Amino acid sequence: MSIFTNLSAAVESVVHDGDRIALEGFTHLIPFAAGHEIIRQGRRNLTLLRMTPDLLYDQMIGAGCASKLVFSWGGNPGVGSLHRFRDAVEHGWPCPLEIEEHSHAAMANAYAAGAAGLPFALFRGYLGVELPTVNTNIRFVDCPFTGERLAAVPAHRPDVGIIHAQKADRAGNVLIEGIIGVQKEVVLASKRSIVTVEEIVDDFGTRSPNAVILPSWTITAIAVEPGGARPSYAHGYYPRDNSFYVKWDELSRDRDTFTAWLRDNVLSRPKEAVR
Amino acid sequence: MSSGYTAAEMMTVAAARALSSRDICFVGIGLPSAACNLARLTHAPGLTLIYESGTIETKPSVLPLSIGDGELCETALTTVSVPEMFRYWLQGGRITAGFLGGAQIDRFGNLNSTVIGPYAKPKVRLPGSGGATEIATSCGRIFIVMRQSPRTFVKKLDFLTTLGHGATGRERRELGIHTEGPALLVTDLCMMKPDEESKEMCVTSMHPGVTMEQVRAATGWELRAADMVSETEPPSAVELEALRDLNRRTAEAHGSSLGME
Repeated sequence: MSIFTNLSAAVESVVHDGDRIALEGFTHLIPFAAGHEIIRQGRRNLTLLRMTPDLLYDQMIGAGCASKLVFSWGGNPGVGSLHRFRDAVEHGWPCPLEIEEHSHAAMANAYAAGAAGLPFALFRGYLGVELPTVNTNIRFVDCPFTGERLAAVPAHRPDVGIIHAQKADRAGNVLIEGIIGVQKEVVLASKRSIVTVEEIVDDFGTRSPNAVILPSWTITAIAVEPGGARPSYAHGYYPRDNSFYVKWDELSRDRDTFTAWLRDNVLSRPKEAVR
Repeated sequence: MSSGYTAAEMMTVAAARALSSRDICFVGIGLPSAACNLARLTHAPGLTLIYESGTIETKPSVLPLSIGDGELCETALTTVSVPEMFRYWLQGGRITAGFLGGAQIDRFGNLNSTVIGPYAKPKVRLPGSGGATEIATSCGRIFIVMRQSPRTFVKKLDFLTTLGHGATGRERRELGIHTEGPALLVTDLCMMKPDEESKEMCVTSMHPGVTMEQVRAATGWELRAADMVSETEPPSAVELEALRDLNRRTAEAHGSSLGME
């Protein structure tokens, strides 16, 4: 089977109910199109991993896709709260949401450990704070050489990693530019992966020998989704739609308003044609 | 305000002055971002700004709305991955100063940005740590900027997200942490620094026109003052102009007043 497919076929074959999945992108390249397809296909009981849940996970949580969230910063950047996330945590709507909460350093290290095939991530952190008392996955080990007490968290090994990127070439290699976040780590840490891209090009042309490229053989499926990161942004293609992030505060505050938005903007979108 | 500047402007200017051209600064969004960029645009042109999205030596002309705006990457010397940012640059000890805020602070400069109410059944679920937990222990020194009120300056935190000087002021040393921790707290009313012995945050400077009664009324613990309390230098014309220009450019770029704090 070709690595190139359409998004609905990719989600259908790669993402299953009950999976641990990570849709990453640090403010930049957030895979909204892929997340919306997961909502449309009605996936349930997902464990969602993401450093910053952002609007995308607010929407997926509000749509009832998730039973657990693993995260490190759950806000609407520069605006305020994620209301669907808060409603799920504070009132169990639309279903109870278990949370496993970390710091950014822990999440970033856990992805890197997953990509490195290690069972856990090791770093200097979580000293003197309360998160280790509410998250049993935060533990401490002593350095065998110096005795220093270091933090340990399990490596992230998602069933599925999903990212958005700028370009794929005809062979299915993927180029990522700009703020690269944990894009590379999440794909390499995951058992299966979906990459949505802005476009397919004949070749990547002139580039730095150190450009961030994921070889085709690290990826399960690629789907072309121009604008697939909106309302976040794609460096070199389109800017962040800051006004939508501001508007989301109103759209998401109330359950009925949110449900209407979801129906009109995600659920009712016709299934895309095969590209 | 008859003095020609607002309390918010005084706060941002006072926070900006804490930074020098020699600093390598880890910047948070909101008040910290405004203060750090104001410093770079005025007295500290050599100041190095680093955002946790991986952008190193970034020189934004407008304040970013999010920690990973395109502007930060486009104006950066280089952009690294987020694991590299936290491992090599922050944990590696390359950052001299970190700027933080929170929903609650206590007398030892510990911060809560996780929950109001019990963790398992929160009254208000806040965003959480983000980078703050490790920024607070890995950066050379920590500067905190927060608006002061009895709701936010509390006797006891609902949750300890980010370590300041601990529950007793001795925790950092006992845990083997070699960085300084909170060295300065700037509010819209005053500035505080940790007492050398007890590490309790004490008022060292009051903003012009503010009384000690006002400051005490806005604090949930029995606030102490340092032996010498000075008056904060009001914002200069140059500082005010640079801050207002920055806010104007930011408002134009984002099409709203966001990021103007």
